[in-house]
Amino acid sequence: MSAVPVIVGYVLREALRRRVFAVVLILTIVFLVLFWIANHYVHSELGKLRVPPDVPVDARTFASAFLSGLALFATMFLGVVLAVFLTLGAVRGDAERGLLQPIVVRPVGRSTFLFARFLGAVAVTAPYVVVVDLAAVVITGVTMDWWPDRIVTPPLEVAAGVAVVTALSLLGSVFLSSTANGIAIFMLFGAGLVAGLLGTIGHAIGSTAIKHASTVASYVTPFEALYQDALRQLTASTSGLTGFLLQLGPFGGAYVHGWPVRLWAVAFFCLVGAAALSGFRRRDL
Amino acid sequence: MPAALAVRGLAKRYGTVEALGGVDLDVTEGELVGLLGPNGAGKSTLVKIACGLIRSSSGEAKVWGAPAGSRSARRALGYLAELFRFPGWMSADELLTLHQRLSGSTGGERERTELLELVALREARGRRVETMSKGMQQRPGIAQALVGTPRLLLLDEPTSALDPVGRRTVRTLLEELRSRGISVLLNSHLLSEVELVCDRVVILLAGKVVAAGTPAELARARGVELDTDGGKRMVDGTRDDVPRIVAEAVARGERVYGVRVLTSTLEDVYLEAVGGETS
Ligand SMILES: Nc1ncnc2c1ncn2[C@@H]1O[C@H](COP(=O)(O)OP(=O)(O)O)[C@@H](O)[C@H]1O
Ligand SMILES: [Mg+2]
Repeated sequence: MSAVPVIVGYVLREALRRRVFAVVLILTIVFLVLFWIANHYVHSELGKLRVPPDVPVDARTFASAFLSGLALFATMFLGVVLAVFLTLGAVRGDAERGLLQPIVVRPVGRSTFLFARFLGAVAVTAPYVVVVDLAAVVITGVTMDWWPDRIVTPPLEVAAGVAVVTALSLLGSVFLSSTANGIAIFMLFGAGLVAGLLGTIGHAIGSTAIKHASTVASYVTPFEALYQDALRQLTASTSGLTGFLLQLGPFGGAYVHGWPVRLWAVAFFCLVGAAALSGFRRRDL
Repeated sequence: MPAALAVRGLAKRYGTVEALGGVDLDVTEGELVGLLGPNGAGKSTLVKIACGLIRSSSGEAKVWGAPAGSRSARRALGYLAELFRFPGWMSADELLTLHQRLSGSTGGERERTELLELVALREARGRRVETMSKGMQQRPGIAQALVGTPRLLLLDEPTSALDPVGRRTVRTLLEELRSRGISVLLNSHLLSEVELVCDRVVILLAGKVVAAGTPAELARARGVELDTDGGKRMVDGTRDDVPRIVAEAVARGERVYGVRVLTSTLEDVYLEAVGGETS
């Protein structure tokens, strides 16, 4: 176990020396600036908007929650990108390049190695997701004078979703070459997002079949379910027509939510981890 | 005292390809064994099983008595892969530090300096690996394999990327290691190397051992050719036997016109064993 910090340090220094963090930092600043500009424009447009007096919709809440949902989506996406690129070649990719063998022949267990790779990635993505999302919350809070109903738990849940994707990426890296793994994980991520949106549509039009399919999809891609659950918490206490309309939108949050999906996400994570470990133990390098 | 490496009936199949078909091989303490064979013979496969990178299909491999791949087996060995790469941004010194930590070596700065000196990198210890030629990277590679003073060293073609001077350096290094009592298994498809430094040679072909012995045993005398009035014929024996053979022939009333001791080089043995397969 004393090898864990050594490997984590190795992974982080590798990322540092490959300028991963510099690129991420610059792009994140660009994103936050664009997000601030978007907030600014929405705020000024909101002043011109006239909601008919008989429609009980709080336009400011609606717009702000929408922006916050967008920010949560962006942080999830950026976190996933970061996680996938930090892990996509962890086993097979590095083995094909000859980088892995000198490390694996050392008296370090393969499980220790995989765990350290996971920890190294999460040590970067979790703080990243939380900090970027909180920055976005502050931007919206200051420009729109609106704060989400829950502030800390949504980014934490998104960070957990990213951790699930990290585990999947490590599992994929045991069997797939770097490129194939990267494509596979992004396709899975995209499929999860589409299924989540489809579920929202299904609920809006009341289609049982689509609702069913999206429930299944939520359980197949629990990282997506966690993200949806986080979205839902942004407006957990927003009621009335505003809340209803938000739920119909793309950032409304899931109908599958709460502790069942959260616990399932934990179980799913453990299963993926176990599969990655047993695959790695058997793998010829 | 168990052998540094003991391999019994080792077999490995990749799908339908039989890479190893029941190999027996020993490396005893302080011994330098050369594993020779053309490309695809199964040399790398054998070494990878010994250091736990791949799993055998059947048979067993033990490192100092511990099952290959177990933690205690891995603790006792150093390995340089045929195709290795180190992170380009690392210096030779950083690479050794990483491996010291991974192997739990407490040698610290002193061990690193000593190893870098051994591979003639002391002056270049801060130089990044990516600025070194492939041949030069072999040096931090060998130094890395020696971190933690392993008692068994597995080197997979350590000289194939080297120029003649580099090869010479490795040879000197191997002699130095032998003087320290480290057991070495050296994979190579280059005969001269093996012939010059190894205590024993094992020739592998298509996953099977086809010849084994000391270079002298393998390059044994093939007999004495006697040219008499009855024609040329072969007699068993070595140079030492020539006076007796001639005396006996003369005693039998034969006229001896010529006598030649025939020996074969390791190269002859190798070519004969692998049946002219090129490497
Ligand atoms: N990962 C693998 N998958 C399938 N076949 C392999 C693999 N590795 C090696 N082989 C095959 O096993 C045989 C032995 O290979 P190897 O041990 O690398 O030989 P050598 O090191 O003597 O050149 C070759 O026929 C090679 O093609
Ligand atoms: Mg080989």
